[in-house]
Amino acid sequence: MGMTFAQKILAQKAGLDSVEVGQIVTVTPDFCMSHDNTAAISKIFAKIGVEKVKDPDRFVIVLDHTVPASTEKYALGHKEIRQFVSEQGISHFYDGGVGICHQVLPEKGYALPGTLILGSDSHTTTYGAFGAFSAGIGRSEMAVLYATSKIWLKTPETIKIVVHGKLEEPVTSKDLILKIIGDIGADGALYRSIEFSGEAIAEMSQASRMVLSNMAIECGAKNGYIAPDDKTFRFLEGRAVREYHPVYPDPDAQYEQTLEFDASKLGPQVAKPHTVDNVSPVEEVAGTKIDQVLLGTCTNGRLEDLRLAARIVAGKKVAAGVRMLVLPASQEVLLDALSEGLIDTFVRAGALVLNPGCGPCLGAHQGVLAPGEVCLSTANRNFKGRMGSREAEIYLASPATVAASALTGVITDPRTVFDGGAK
Amino acid sequence: MNEGRVWRYGDDVNTDVIFPGKYTYQPLTPEEMAEHALEDLDPDFAGSVKEGDVIVAGANFGCGSSREQAATCLKAAGVAAVIAKSFSRIFFRNAINNGLPVIELREGIDTIEKGDTVKVNFAKGIVIHKGNEYHFPALPEEVLAILNDGGLIPHVRKELGKA
Repeated sequence: MGMTFAQKILAQKAGLDSVEVGQIVTVTPDFCMSHDNTAAISKIFAKIGVEKVKDPDRFVIVLDHTVPASTEKYALGHKEIRQFVSEQGISHFYDGGVGICHQVLPEKGYALPGTLILGSDSHTTTYGAFGAFSAGIGRSEMAVLYATSKIWLKTPETIKIVVHGKLEEPVTSKDLILKIIGDIGADGALYRSIEFSGEAIAEMSQASRMVLSNMAIECGAKNGYIAPDDKTFRFLEGRAVREYHPVYPDPDAQYEQTLEFDASKLGPQVAKPHTVDNVSPVEEVAGTKIDQVLLGTCTNGRLEDLRLAARIVAGKKVAAGVRMLVLPASQEVLLDALSEGLIDTFVRAGALVLNPGCGPCLGAHQGVLAPGEVCLSTANRNFKGRMGSREAEIYLASPATVAASALTGVITDPRTVFDGGAK
Repeated sequence: MNEGRVWRYGDDVNTDVIFPGKYTYQPLTPEEMAEHALEDLDPDFAGSVKEGDVIVAGANFGCGSSREQAATCLKAAGVAAVIAKSFSRIFFRNAINNGLPVIELREGIDTIEKGDTVKVNFAKGIVIHKGNEYHFPALPEEVLAILNDGGLIPHVRKELGKA
């Protein structure tokens, strides 16, 4: 019997010929990622009683969640991390400003087909878009990986999601994943591996695919795999830190279920407060007054997202009383956006451009919400209190919907303002 | 056998409401974390939770962020076990790794209400509520060993001969 991607890669990493669903295996990840939480992880590591990190080259550390430090406590955490990576000889270290971890690992060539990547961050699923098996873990588990390079994983069931047709601009992969999560629910893929496939996925850019894998966790998935293809290999040219060997599911693999969606009929979607699966077509929430919009994060802070938003706001002004925050996902994205004139477009439209990083997405700094305020965001979570006050409301949408709404001050269907514009 | 008072919550309790992001990157002790436990879901919880209390919830408990403090703060607050219809996988791992028992219970869970008393026999896999016995599946051996050692760090210390 054939194996799914999850079975195949876990068998390979465990040194076995095959694994059954439900089987627990002990594996050594190819790469392990942590961010600002490395300060806390290093303290847990100290409690284990092992002095040196077993294999420093396996670990990639990116400061992004609270950069630049807005409090003394954050600054101290960053200082402790710099000291830790220096003492332990961890050379794959990216200090604040390089970008959001889930953008930096692909850009710097760690997110490779056929690799196993674990990160102490739930959106580690993002690297599935490159054909990696990647999943989130906790801080203690990362500390133990420092000491032993080993961890147990259970082999999950797999749900196959096939997306037919093509997305029609300005509808994006964000609308597609919101639609999927709205349909199957916040626990629709709990403990499962997802394999995304179909015409819409094949047609999609590498950046758009990352949105799907990034948000696979929002329906409970362990990982969200997309078969790597020429687009993936081209992206990795000149970036890959080492050779890689793609892993594909067997044609006769057994799936728990197969779900089918049609991209060609899809319109813009919005997730309403306070859960990601509370999804409606944009028409149903159009007219909702907003105080802030956020364009960025590990979900939608890439060049194609900024381009799409810039086409909508070019030559126009953000509505009075609305704050538009723009956070490029990385330094590379920021440089490209600068050279294409996108940053100029945003600033002239009245947006506030912030440094690459996680920004206010998790409510730690840079544009948190006051009680009663409403934010429309391109991020991946709208939980109560997520961006500051527990009495604030967060709606999630695509870069196009966010940009269109910034101009009107209310949630707006981007198809009403999008004329195809200059690409 | 633990006997505990029930705190009752619904489906999809996420780790942001269990332990808000604004505290996530601050260096706090488990006791300080406990002061913020469930702050954005039930502001009364942290002030009135007692040692041995039990949380009973619906499906997908602990979804969202991987932040381990969501498990650490409940353990430090004195919570003896979390019983839910299902758990998000990262929270499930974090709970075990912090020595916090997590119980997947399908049968009878909807009859349990806030303020009720439940008895949990982890070894036998039984929850007793109002005289009724409800069974839950045993954890895999490898996972149970971590919980029995009081969490991942003591477990690994033992394995490495450091304990």
